[in-house]
Amino acid sequence: MGKKFQKNLYLTAGFNTVSLGTGRKEFSPKNPRPNIDQYISDAGKGTLKQLTASASAIDDIVISNFMAGRFVKQGHLGAFASVIDPALEYKPSIRVEGACCSGGLGLMTSIRNVLSGLSDVSLTVGVEVQNTVKALYGADILAGAAYYAGMRKEGHAFFFPGIFDKRAKAYSEKYGAEKTRQALARWYENAILNARKCPEAQEHHNTDPNPYQTGLTTPNAKAFLPNLNVFDCSKVSDGGSSIIVASEEGLNKLGKDKSEAIQIAGYGHVVGNITVTYPDASVLETTRRAVAAAYEMAGIGPDDIGVFECHDCFTITGLLSIEAAGFAEKGKGADFVLANNIRSEGRLPTNTSGGLVGFGHYTGGTGIRQAVDVWKQLTKTAAGTQVNIDPNRPYGLTISMGGDDKSVVAIVYQRAF
Amino acid sequence: MNLNSKMNKVAIIGAAGKMGSGISLLLLNLMSNMKLKKELPSNSSLVLIDISDEALSGLYQYLRTQMVKLAEKNINFLRETYADRSDLVENGEMIDEFISESLSIIRLTTALEAAKNATMVFEAATENMDIKSTILNNLCSLVDTNCFFYTNTSSIPISTLENIATLKGRIMGFHFYNPPSVQKLVEVIKAQNTRAEVNEFALELGKSLKKILVPSNDVAGFIGNGHFIRDGLYAISEVLRLQNEYTIHGAIHMLNRVSQDLMIRPMGIFQLIDYVGIDVFQLILKVMNQSLNENLQSALIDRYLAKEIKGGQFSNGQQKDGFLKYEKGNPVAVYSIDEDRYISLNEDRIFKIVDEKLYPLADGHSPWKNLLTCSTSDRDQKLNTYFKNLWNQNHLGAKLAKNYLLRSESIGKHLVDSKVANNAEDVNAVLVNGFYHLYGPINNLFPKEKN
Repeated sequence: MGKKFQKNLYLTAGFNTVSLGTGRKEFSPKNPRPNIDQYISDAGKGTLKQLTASASAIDDIVISNFMAGRFVKQGHLGAFASVIDPALEYKPSIRVEGACCSGGLGLMTSIRNVLSGLSDVSLTVGVEVQNTVKALYGADILAGAAYYAGMRKEGHAFFFPGIFDKRAKAYSEKYGAEKTRQALARWYENAILNARKCPEAQEHHNTDPNPYQTGLTTPNAKAFLPNLNVFDCSKVSDGGSSIIVASEEGLNKLGKDKSEAIQIAGYGHVVGNITVTYPDASVLETTRRAVAAAYEMAGIGPDDIGVFECHDCFTITGLLSIEAAGFAEKGKGADFVLANNIRSEGRLPTNTSGGLVGFGHYTGGTGIRQAVDVWKQLTKTAAGTQVNIDPNRPYGLTISMGGDDKSVVAIVYQRAF
Repeated sequence: MNLNSKMNKVAIIGAAGKMGSGISLLLLNLMSNMKLKKELPSNSSLVLIDISDEALSGLYQYLRTQMVKLAEKNINFLRETYADRSDLVENGEMIDEFISESLSIIRLTTALEAAKNATMVFEAATENMDIKSTILNNLCSLVDTNCFFYTNTSSIPISTLENIATLKGRIMGFHFYNPPSVQKLVEVIKAQNTRAEVNEFALELGKSLKKILVPSNDVAGFIGNGHFIRDGLYAISEVLRLQNEYTIHGAIHMLNRVSQDLMIRPMGIFQLIDYVGIDVFQLILKVMNQSLNENLQSALIDRYLAKEIKGGQFSNGQQKDGFLKYEKGNPVAVYSIDEDRYISLNEDRIFKIVDEKLYPLADGHSPWKNLLTCSTSDRDQKLNTYFKNLWNQNHLGAKLAKNYLLRSESIGKHLVDSKVANNAEDVNAVLVNGFYHLYGPINNLFPKEKN
C-alpha cells in the first residue's frame, strides 16, 4: 500500500473504431464484416497516424482480447501486431486476457512494461469480434468469464444477463423497485443521449423519441428476464481501440507534447475469487477495492473526479459502480442518477460516449476504449461529446471489470504537466 | 384421448408441398417435444412421403432450419429439460442434441408403402378428388382399421372421400391455413360417419399444436373457401362490369385497391388469389361447382390459366406473377388479358385515373397494419368511425367498397343459412384467424341503412 510510480506515465494518441453491431445503419448480420485482424490494424493505425514518429519508435505491443478463440477461432493474437505496421515485426508483442477486463489488463501490462524500463513506448490495442454468432450462442462463449464448470449448467440461457438480473433484484428488494427501475431508465437514457453525439457509437443512429420512457418498460420474465430488459444490456459489438502508454522519454521520442497527453495518477488492480458467488449481490466489492486502491495511490477521493467511465455491462452495473466508486452511499446510487448527476451537463459526466450500453461493448477492447474517451475529455479533444470538467475536480476515473465483479482495473488520470 | 396413442407412426402424404411441409414441421416439432419429455412411444417415426426426391431433400433442409429456430426460441425449456444431462452444458450443445434427436424421428421417402402400419395419416396431396381418392384407397390396404386419417382438403366434402376410399368413420377434415406453421386457424370437418374418437383426437391434437379450431360442416369449400371463392367471384364480376370504362387491367387494379385499402384488409383480393394460386382457385371452384347448386365458375379465370398465368409461390416463398406482377412482394404491374402483357403501374395513365376515383379516403381511415396492433376495443371503435364516414361518401371507390362489404356480409350469412357454419361467430373466426381480417364479415360495424 502507499506505493508510488517510479516514473511518470502518460497516455496519448487514443483511437476507437466504430462499434459495429445492431443499431448501426451499416450493420446487417447477413453482410460480410471486417475480421479481427482488420480491427487490430484499424485501431493501431488510428493511433500511429497521430504520431510524427514512425512505428519503429514503439518498443512493445500488447493486444487485449477476451474470446477470439471461440468467436472467430483465432488464438495467438500477439503475432498480429505487424498487420498494424511492418515496422512492428520482430518486436515483443503479447496478448492478454481477463474477460471483459482484458482492456484494463492490457493497459496494466503496458504500464508495467514502461515502468520496468524495458519499454519507453508501449502500444495497447484491444479488440473483439462478436457478431459471428447469434446472441444465444454468444452467451455460451461469454459465460467463460465466469466459473464454467461450476456455474454454467445452472445458469440462465443468457448467462450474464441472468447473473446481473439477480443483482438488479437484490438492489430493487433492498432499496425499492420503482426507484431502481427509474434510475435504470435514466441510466439508459444517458447512454443513448451520449451515444447520439458520438459518431463511432453503436447507438449513434438511435432515434427513440423518449429513451427514458423506453427504459421504464417493465421487464418480462417470459420474454427475457424478470428484472432486466434487453436494452438494459450492453451491446454485442465488433470493434477495436488503441492507445499509447509512454514514459516522459517515450513522449519525447514520439514528438508528443504533454498537452496532447494525460498522466496516470494511480491505479488499483484487484482480482476476486471466480469460483464463488459473493453473498451480497447489491454491491460490487472487488470494484470498490480496486477504486479505493486507485484513489489511495493518486492521493485523491471521489470528490476529485470530474469525469467517469464505468463498466456498465448492464444498467444495474452502472448504478452499483456509482456506489462502489464512492460517489454515493450504499442504496443512494439510484438517487444520485435520478438527480441527473451523470448527464453530460451534470456534476459527474459519466460514460460520455454512451458507455457499454450506448457506445457498445467489444469486450476485449472496452477497457482501452474507456481510457481513450477519458484521454479525449481531459485533453479537450472529445468533439461532439466534450464535457466541461470542473477545474476543482480535474481527475478522470475508469473502471474496467471482468466477469461478475471478479477482475477489476481502476485507473485515475489527470492532465499531463 | 392421449396424444401418444396415435403417435407410433405418423405418415404425411404430400409432405414436401406448400401445405405438407408446414404440417410436417408442426408434427415434427410436436413429436420432438414429446420425445424430449419422454412422452413419445419409443421407435416412433414421422414418415414424410412425396413424389420427388428433390422436393424431399428440400423438405429436409427446411425442417432442419426451422427446427433449429424453434429450438433457439425454446431454449429455456431445453435447459430445464436437460437439467439432469451433465454432458449438456451450453445452449449450443443442448440445441444440437435436440435437433439430432428430432431429425432421427423422420423418414423421407417417395414410396407410399412406407406408410405401412401407420397409426395416423395426414393427407396433403394436390387439391384433386381423383388424386386424393387414389392415395387414400392405396393407404387403406397398408394400414389397419385403427389408423386415423386427417385430410387437409380445403374444398372436397370429407364424406365423398370417406365413401370413395371406404374409410368409414376414420377420416375427417383438418384444414390448415397457409403457411400452416404460422397461421393459427384450423377448420375441422366431420364426415357423415366420423367416429367420436377421431374427432376427439383431432381436438386434442389441435390444442397441442396451439391452433384455433373452428368446426365447419361438410359442405364443399367449407367456411374459408366458401367465403373466399364467392368473394373472389364477386370481385371478378365487378371487374367485368367496369372494364369497358376503365380497361380490364384498370378494373383489376381498382378492385384490388378497394378491397385492400378501402376495406382495410391485409391484401387486395387479386393479390390474395395470386397468393393462393389462380390454378388452385380454379380447382376449388370446380369442386364447389360440382357439389353446390350455384353457378360457381369464371370464364376469366379459365382464360388466365389458358395463358399459363398461374400465381402461387416459388419454393422459397417468393410470390409468382399472376393477375399482378410482383417485385419484392409488392404489385408493380397488372396483366391485361386483352393486350396479353403486364402493364406497369407507371406506364398507363388509367391507373392514375382509377386511383383518383378511390380518393379521398373517408375520415378515420387507418391502414390495416396500424390497426393490427391496436387493442380490440380501440380497433372496433376506429373501424366503426371509419365505416360510418365511408357510408357517407359517394365517390366511385366508396360505392364499390360499400357494395363489396355488403356482399361479403351476405356471403357470410349465406354460409350460416345454408348450414356450412354453425353460427356467425364461426364465420368471423375463420376470416379473422385464417385470412387476417380485422373484422368478421357479419358485424355491427357498418351502418344499418343500405345505399
